[in-house]
Amino acid sequence: MKSPAFDYIRAESPQHAFELLAKHGDDARVIAGGQTLLATLNMRLSQPALLVDIAGFDTWRGIAVEGTTLRIGALTRHTEVEASPVVAQHAPLLAQAAPHIGHRAIRNLGTFGGALAYADPAAEWPACAVALDATLVIAGATGERRVKAADFFQGLYTTAIQPGELLKSCEIPVKAAGERQDFSELSRRHGDYAVAGLAARAKVNGRTLSDLRLVLLSLGDRPVRAVKAEAALQGGTIDDARLVAADAALRAELDPFEDLTHSVAAKKQLAATLMRRAVARLIQEP
Amino acid sequence: MKTPSDHPTRRVRVTVNGTPLTREVECRKHLVDFLREDCGLKGSHLGCEHGVCGACTVKLDGQIVRGCLVLAAQADGHRVDTVETPNPSKRLKALQDAFVEHNALQCGYCTPGMLMAALELVEQQPDAQREQVREWMSGNYCRCTGYHAMVDAVCAVLEQQKAGRFMDEPVEARA
Repeated sequence: MKSPAFDYIRAESPQHAFELLAKHGDDARVIAGGQTLLATLNMRLSQPALLVDIAGFDTWRGIAVEGTTLRIGALTRHTEVEASPVVAQHAPLLAQAAPHIGHRAIRNLGTFGGALAYADPAAEWPACAVALDATLVIAGATGERRVKAADFFQGLYTTAIQPGELLKSCEIPVKAAGERQDFSELSRRHGDYAVAGLAARAKVNGRTLSDLRLVLLSLGDRPVRAVKAEAALQGGTIDDARLVAADAALRAELDPFEDLTHSVAAKKQLAATLMRRAVARLIQEP
Repeated sequence: MKTPSDHPTRRVRVTVNGTPLTREVECRKHLVDFLREDCGLKGSHLGCEHGVCGACTVKLDGQIVRGCLVLAAQADGHRVDTVETPNPSKRLKALQDAFVEHNALQCGYCTPGMLMAALELVEQQPDAQREQVREWMSGNYCRCTGYHAMVDAVCAVLEQQKAGRFMDEPVEARA
């Protein structure tokens, strides 16, 4: 279908964007890469009067390490994250996750910050941000504020961003010594929405895991951290008994929605499978 | 009910297949409608029009995009290349020849998008194996031939590239 009519303005600066958003309120939508917004407009699921294009804010785009923080600008394209040697070194979880996002043509335009701000529970970046203990930098007309990823995602397509604010960047602690990261997901075809996905990281000492994070996507209304399964897998060597306990803990704590093709039980089974595989890779000798 | 005369428009300047063009377009118009209706270039097709099928794949500043998920207004000041570029690169020409040779099309509707997607693969992933070719091309749907012959065609061009056939045409650096 064709999109409904709307006006389009390229914001010249963040301040200009904040003024436009203040003036037009809910009639305005922000566009960066547009890879979700334009599809919803073409299907007439959304009918804004104005699109405010923020893609030209060059200082909100790019990847850099400052001390122990990896900073990724909100307007950085998915393929830029995917190809970045800095990301591969300091947050390999993101490099592993990137190829799962849509297809190449989508990743060339879609932005890192756009996917975080949209907060689709089936998306890769939100789960990675929670697993990496990232901090989201939110900018508004009166200044910036920082929100931890665990508090940023508040429900289906819902984040801590308030009307008139924009996501500016994401700050990620660089990978520590002895830390390993692992991303995996299951989908019916490559590039489809994940039926289940898992962003995992841990400090690894032989067959012992600590500081473990298991964050699932497509298993709830937001990225879901499996704290009980994490606890079951820590505190001693990974063996069959520990894996069985973690499997049971994971199935008990998850509360997924069924979808058109997967029941709740199937979703839990797939999540448990992803967890076992991730643990096996985390403790594998490199 | 709005009529098209109330629709906001914007003047866009886009370099299409090497030719700078200026057009007044509706803000809501996506890039492929712009190419087809305002530039007379019918090579890029529309299938699903919501970013799933890949028939509308074109290059924006040298990178493939879904033409239905980019506004003409967003392309203002940028460069667009389509399958009907009058001076196809050697890689594009080789892909077109390989598609014919391998019977990699039947109705041809998906072919322009397939070719543009395959072109970026050949340019950016010269060492891609068959499995990676399949994964890369999975963003483009074909509803008549199946994909086997297309993957054969793309793999054949990758082999030609390895044999040095395009050495005199280096790939442009990514932006």
